[in-house]
Formats: sequence, C-alpha cells, structure tokens
Amino acid sequence: MASGDTAWILVSTVLVLMMTLPALGFFYAGLVQAKNVLSVLVQCVAIACLVSVLWFVCGYSLAFSGSGAWIGDAAAFFLKNVGRETVRAGTHLPESVFVMFQMTFAIITPALIIGAYVERIRYSAVLLFSGLWLLVVYVPVTHWIWGGGWLGQMGTMDYAGGLVVHLSAGISALIIAWRLGPRQHFPRINPPHAPWMVMVGAAMLWVGWFGFNAGSALNANGDAGMTMLATHMSAATATLVWMAIEWITFGKPSLVGAVTGTVAGLATVTPASGYVGPVGGVILGAAGSVVCYYAVHIVKRGLKTDDALDVLGVHGVGGTLGTLLLPFLVSLGAGGASLSRPVWDQFIVQLESAGAVGIWSAVATLVIVFVTARLTGLRVSKEDEIQGLDFSSHGETGYHINV
Amino acid sequence: MKFIIAIIQPHRLDNVREALLAIGVNGLTVTEVRGYGRQKGQKEIYRGAEYTIAFVPKLKIEIAVASERAEETINAIQSAARTGKVGDGKIFVLDLLQALRVRTGETDGDAL
Repeated sequence: MASGDTAWILVSTVLVLMMTLPALGFFYAGLVQAKNVLSVLVQCVAIACLVSVLWFVCGYSLAFSGSGAWIGDAAAFFLKNVGRETVRAGTHLPESVFVMFQMTFAIITPALIIGAYVERIRYSAVLLFSGLWLLVVYVPVTHWIWGGGWLGQMGTMDYAGGLVVHLSAGISALIIAWRLGPRQHFPRINPPHAPWMVMVGAAMLWVGWFGFNAGSALNANGDAGMTMLATHMSAATATLVWMAIEWITFGKPSLVGAVTGTVAGLATVTPASGYVGPVGGVILGAAGSVVCYYAVHIVKRGLKTDDALDVLGVHGVGGTLGTLLLPFLVSLGAGGASLSRPVWDQFIVQLESAGAVGIWSAVATLVIVFVTARLTGLRVSKEDEIQGLDFSSHGETGYHINV
Repeated sequence: MKFIIAIIQPHRLDNVREALLAIGVNGLTVTEVRGYGRQKGQKEIYRGAEYTIAFVPKLKIEIAVASERAEETINAIQSAARTGKVGDGKIFVLDLLQALRVRTGETDGDAL
C-alpha cells in the first residue's frame, strides 16, 4: 500500500460523492419548476443510498471481482473478502478505498438519469428503476471496460467513464423519457426556477470532477496531475464556447448556457482526460460545446422526446464524442500518453465499444422500464403532476415565501 | 377621499417613493405582483429554447389621499414611473368610502 496514493483516492472519493450530494442535485433542482425542486433532491439522496447498499451486497463483486468476459463473480458479495490489509490488485490502494471510490461512480451514474424523468415520474418507479438499472446496465458495462471484461481486453480506452458513465446514462435517459412520455404542455414548459442554483451545482460538479478524472489515475503522480490539467482546460474552453454560441445566436450570453457548456466540456473530456495533454483538453472542450449544443436541439425538436434536462444531449453525446476523438488527440502537444496501436485501429475499437455499450444500455433499459411499469407504474396522475411532485409525492413544499 | 392603485415597473419604485415624499404623501403600500397588458409577457432563452413568461413582474402601489390631493399625487406617480416604453404600467383611481386608523380610532381625513 502507498500512503500518498491512498490519500489522494480518499480525497477523490469525497469529491465524487459530492458530485451527487449535493452538486448534481443543485444542478438539476435549479432547472425544474419550483413545485418540483424537492422531488429532484430526494431522488438524488435516495439513489445514492440505494446504490451504496446494492454495491456492498453484490454490485462491487459483479463489477470488479473475477475475470469473466461478461460479468464478475460472487467472491466479494457483502465484501466478505475485503479486510483492512487487503490490497486491490493492480494498484497500491487498500481495497476498501477502491470499493468506496468506485461506489461513488456507481452512485452518480443512475443519478444522472434523473434529468430525463423529472417532474412526472412516480417515486417508487425511481427506486425500482435505479436499483435494476445499476445491476443490469452499470455493473456489467463497468466490468466489461474496467473490471477485466471483454471490452477492456479488446483495448477500449475509457479513462474515467465516457462510456461507462455518460453514454450508458445518456442512452438510458432517452429510453426512459420516451417510454414515460413528455410532461404536460411539452414543449411549452415553464423555465428553470432558479438559474443561480444551476450554477452552484455546476461549479461543485466542476470541482468534484477533479476527483472523478484525476482520481481515476489511481495514483498520486504525474498522470493524475496531467489529467486534472486537461480536465480543467476542457471545462474552461467549453464554457467560453457555449457562451459564444448563445451570444452570437440570441444576442445575450446566459448563465444557464455557460454552465451547461461547463458540464458538456467535462463530460467530453472524461474518457480522454488521462490520455491527452492540455491542448487535447482545449480541443475536446470546444468540440464538446459545439456538438452538445446542437445535440440538445436535435433531441428536443427532432426526436420530440422530453429528456427534460438534456441528459443525452449533454452527457451521452459529450462522453461519446470524447471517446471517439481521443485517439486523434493523444499525441497533440505536450503531456499526452501514447497509443498501443495505430490511430485508426484505436478509433475502430472506440467505435465498437461505444456501439456495444449503447446497444446494451438501450435494450436493457427498455426491459427494465417495462418491468418497472408493470410493478409500480411509471407516472403520477395528471393532477399530481400539475400540483407538483414536492407536495403530491413527498408532502413538502420547497418555498414558503409569504407565510 | 380617493384610493389610488398604481401598477409600475419594479425598478421605478425608488423614484416614485421620492416623488411622493416630495409632495408630502406619507404612506403607501407596495405589493409584488405579476400580470400582463400591452407588453404581453417576456421571452427568456434557456439552453437555446425560448420560453414565454406570460406574467411579467410588476409592483402594485396603493395610496389613500384626500380628494383634493389626488390630482398632484397621480401626476407625481406618472412622471416618476414613466420610462416611455411599453410596460410602464397603469394608474387606477377609486372613490374611497371610509378610512380608520387602528391605533387611535381616528377616521377619514384624520386617519390618512
């Protein structure tokens, strides 16, 4: 065990948990109407806790124990073989720290999907869907890429989760939004109730993302440092580019637009963050904002699907874009890593991996949504939706202003 | 007595208050309200999507004055609230039947 590495991953774990509690909560809660602010926050809290327990029971073992091509084994169910002195194979970390670090990734991924179904979903459906989705989509895909499964063996490069986290969540978000149907009056919906809260969430996501990406180095060394640098450059560039697009298109650069650019840049750089240098980060940020900006429009207008907070358009598209661009950017400027095969060969591997993860996420989510609809029902009643989920589902009100 | 209700742009409140103080009107009530007139709401853009805000934020001022002071009060409000753009608001004047100061029980002119 190395104390320096361990210290950094302990900190990274804290940062990544903060990305869900409360950063993603703020980011999403600010974007919904005032009558649904609490429902989004309680969904984040509940998913974090539910995933934690499932991760302990069987999720970690099925993702990271054993060397099967498709799924892990049962050796680490209930973490029964993880002691104080157990070292995670291939690292210098205590396995307890590795379990926790990976748990925070498992938490945020189903939580990202919240953005697709806000303001109309039944709370029991959130819990059932998220639990099933973790075990049927997240766990196997993680095993394929990071747990020694078939994609990892094929040479897929996904540093911190462009495919594992962002593509899987993005595609699944589209599927559940489609099956759930749009909110009342879509696309004429009320605007975000608290843009300032969106910014607070995005800013905390940005900081947390250093743990997400630079923590994925699993070392406290130059790899982690370069990852953090590339990550930050992408976020900063993407923010400026999204702002510029809005400024040119509408005459005014908005706060919500700027911080949406931040998140698009962070999602885009995620799979590449440990392989590129700062020049790659800048390019990924710029590309991420341009492509995600138009992707958001295509999903909303073209597909007419109410992926309410643009999970596919921002996360899914950004994560996939970074995955596909990374082979071309590693050798650009100083600070990049090297590829183990020719650029175009690696690109084909990336493309096949994105296809495999996308198809599995879509098909499995379709089945999970079907099962969830049968067992709990998906939507609240029209009256409850109009009243707002805060009161109709949770018996609370976000803002008592006048009395 | 007259009861004056003025709907104004929120950012003109300080102007209006100063103008009323200057002519000796020493009491008013302000409420945050939302509504639309010829301004027909406003457009806001989030992530490239346009949202129409049907009801625009305004302030409602309520003032009770003696009948002979109504004209100058109305003029003071109008000149202080006016920017010349659509959405500057409206002033309504009603006959006021009765007034009573809660603390002393004084009525009508003495209560204003």
